[in-house]
Amino acid sequence: MKKAINLSVNGVSHTDEVEPRMLLVHYLRDVLDLTGTHVGCETSLCGACTVMLDGQAVKSCTVFAVQADGSQVTTIEGLAKNGELHPVQEGFWEKHGLQCGYCTPGMIVTAAQLLNRNATPSREDICHGLEGNLCRCTGYQHIIEAIEYAAQKAGQS
Amino acid sequence: MNDNYVGRRVKRTEDPRLIRGLAHYVDDISLPGTLHVAFVRSIYAHAKINSIDTSGAQSAPGVVAVYTGQDIAKIGPVPCAGALPGLKVPDHRVLAGNKVYFVGHPIAAVVAVDRYAARDAVDLILVDYEELPVVTDVEQAAAGGPVIHDAFSDNIAYRLSSGEGDIDAAFAAAERTVKQRILHKRLAPIAMEPRGVLARYFPGEEELTLWSSTQIPHLMRTQVALMIGMPENKLRVITPEVGGGFGSKLNVYAEEALLGWISMQLAKPVKWIETRRENIQATIHGRGQVGDIEVAFKNDGTLTGLRYTVFADLGAYHQLLTPAIPTLTGLMLSGAYKIPAIQMNITACFTNKMATDAYRGAGRPEATYVVERGLDLVAAELNMDAAEVRRKNFPAPSEFPFHTATGLDYDSGNYEAALDKAQAIAGYAELREQQRKARDEGRLIGIGISTYVEICALGPSQAMPAGGWESATVRIEPTGKVTILTGASPHGQGQETSFAQIAADELGVHINDVTVIHGDTGVVQYGIGTFGSRATAVGGTAVFIAIQKLKEKAHKIATHILQADASRVAFEGGKFSRQAAAAASAAGTSEPVVPVAEAPAGALPEPETEGKSSLTLQEIALEAHIAKNLPPDTEPGLSATYFFEPKNFTFPFGTHIAVVEVDRETGDIKFLRYVAVDDCGRVINPMLVDGQVHGGIVQSIGQAMYEEVVYDEQGQLITGTLMDYAVPRASHVPNFELDRTETPTPVNPLGVKGVGEAGTIGATPAIVGAIVDALAPFGVRHLDMPIKPENVWRIIKGH
Repeated sequence: MKKAINLSVNGVSHTDEVEPRMLLVHYLRDVLDLTGTHVGCETSLCGACTVMLDGQAVKSCTVFAVQADGSQVTTIEGLAKNGELHPVQEGFWEKHGLQCGYCTPGMIVTAAQLLNRNATPSREDICHGLEGNLCRCTGYQHIIEAIEYAAQKAGQS
Repeated sequence: MNDNYVGRRVKRTEDPRLIRGLAHYVDDISLPGTLHVAFVRSIYAHAKINSIDTSGAQSAPGVVAVYTGQDIAKIGPVPCAGALPGLKVPDHRVLAGNKVYFVGHPIAAVVAVDRYAARDAVDLILVDYEELPVVTDVEQAAAGGPVIHDAFSDNIAYRLSSGEGDIDAAFAAAERTVKQRILHKRLAPIAMEPRGVLARYFPGEEELTLWSSTQIPHLMRTQVALMIGMPENKLRVITPEVGGGFGSKLNVYAEEALLGWISMQLAKPVKWIETRRENIQATIHGRGQVGDIEVAFKNDGTLTGLRYTVFADLGAYHQLLTPAIPTLTGLMLSGAYKIPAIQMNITACFTNKMATDAYRGAGRPEATYVVERGLDLVAAELNMDAAEVRRKNFPAPSEFPFHTATGLDYDSGNYEAALDKAQAIAGYAELREQQRKARDEGRLIGIGISTYVEICALGPSQAMPAGGWESATVRIEPTGKVTILTGASPHGQGQETSFAQIAADELGVHINDVTVIHGDTGVVQYGIGTFGSRATAVGGTAVFIAIQKLKEKAHKIATHILQADASRVAFEGGKFSRQAAAAASAAGTSEPVVPVAEAPAGALPEPETEGKSSLTLQEIALEAHIAKNLPPDTEPGLSATYFFEPKNFTFPFGTHIAVVEVDRETGDIKFLRYVAVDDCGRVINPMLVDGQVHGGIVQSIGQAMYEEVVYDEQGQLITGTLMDYAVPRASHVPNFELDRTETPTPVNPLGVKGVGEAGTIGATPAIVGAIVDALAPFGVRHLDMPIKPENVWRIIKGH
């Protein structure tokens, strides 16, 4: 039995009928065609599917679309505003915070939330904040530097 | 060559799409009417299949088709490129026949209207298994455990001895020897994007397109065409964005051929995206060796012989390079040292597990690890410093090309320079002093050192099963934009940037005017792929030489139009000028060409070249395409293709120094420092090189301290999810202190050696060496990876 949901994704309102078991990540990817959010493990361990749900970074592979009914969702596609990259996106580009790019959207969304909570994180704070996100390419050092860059940049503006 | 881009930290041109979530991996491509495939996979490691009842699935909602091993007789076996003497090659079909050989072995494929329906139906298929005896231990497999394949009398796939020099004499005459059993556990590559295939058959055109997350689109096209009986020129393989490979996608998998075949049966697009559980079960594993290292040496630390006797755990079937990987270990057993006699004895066996194959380093990390552990044991035996015993056995820079007793000729090297630099950065002498003081205070600090050499830029075609060259086409379009087609299809390495850097410098254009196209067999000339730290050294060289060819043609056209003597026309700063000296002062990177959208609409502009003393490449490109004023017998157009065949491998090297502290109470291991000085020859983009090194070292940290694919005695995969298989996280890694020395290779004109695997090759021995060194007060000389706090705690507490 499908259920009607109404939610806002990246500021755009959507109403759809979905199976109650449909995962939020599949709703975003398959229904809304927002394929920037990736699936890496389907068990909430890798963080590739991280999106903001009402301001909280969540693993969208373990949230049902129906649980997001009435919520505000921000995906990687919604971070840049008016063609301006989010400071974290800029940091990742500037500091070579990505290689294959698959974990990157989840990393960036997680980092954005991390900076929302703590504008001046230490290296330890950043590493702790990234506990839920795996990267197999970069060895994390450039990701940490990217987030430090973003913190500094956001602090200046 | 001017140095406008090459050698500089240039931000990646591929990043804007990736950081905005606008890139396309296989699963991001949707075609109307796509059906989804899910697999039934064996839950037993070894069993006979008595029957498969698919009726429940066939009638389930949304199911379109179900295929089992009986349906796929026309699909050829999964290919193996090994050509070793006497190699046993099991018949490896895309779906199991009447037996299954490992947990995860595909048994049936369900095709349904969406992925939920496909997975629901998988659960409705009933397989009647009859369990058979299992062999998971490689030494048991060799010693006559249950025979896995009925076609063979035992589990030994091949035996091989290699090496030069009189090894028996070396050990007979040795003043000292050490021997150590060393384990290299199986590892899972864990590319963050699992594998995936989208197949679309066009019945009218009789053409098939496969989108696959692979490192080798062209080799895959050839092999899949042979497997499914499709003419190769009707099959197109596209690798969209590839989310990491690390060797795991340097392969041709059952699912790739099967998806293509299913699409042909149903005349519909079909998609399969691997789950992470499938990825750990049925994507190749790496490493998997158990061996004994023996080293013969003199009382002063001079090495005289090295023998490595190893059992290689191949798994149940060969994948593309499975049998070849242990032989790469044999090639690199001389390490960075002069060793007059070396012998490797391989016994490679089938086990009831997934195949092992190329995982970042592919046989070479094993070699470096045993050699470096061997050197540490020699140092401990002689009470010498670990760095000094290494330094004593280096070949001098003047001894290159350096011939090893494994049959290789190292191209160039200055091992002592890298060691000196790393020791200087680490403050090695002071570190040893700190270590002594710490020990007096009861603290356990260890320093590990690895002076590695690796074999890269694979490789000369003579040494490679399917060719070791790489291709490039460089084209200047009528509007002056530069298009590069490379056969070296990347998956995160940043070749769209590094190859554009090479081209922009050589052509004197802005980097934004260069586009690098890869990973589409319908567009790109045949290529080999990105693996074996080869893309820049072999593929980048192909780009470089293709550009020289293109410039020769452009020079001919320029000479004709400028009506000058050929010797008076020179190319500088993107222009061919009659007065080379004057033009040279104006050299520099030009502004981007006017974008096409801003150029006057309509037909191509008329060339305005008459009476000029110099011509830009763009002007020549336009002339070449309009073809009204070309020298006699000149082909119109401005493009060149080159297939570069390297004459040798390259041999990058370096020194890694790890400093750790072990917690006496918990056994926890903390990094205090990590210094790496790598020499990968000439550097195109230092930022990309650093990224490669970081990533490789962290995979080494994983191997040394966390990662291990574990099967139990029944062949059940215990580490089947990312909850159980421990990939390093951000909090596990130290702050890296990187530096470089730069010893160009004479093997290619760029001087580039390769760096993709340096971290996984150079780092594990340094990390393990540091932990062992920290525990030296307890009499520890060796520990097997992964070294976990529990192992350390037991040693400290004497349990």
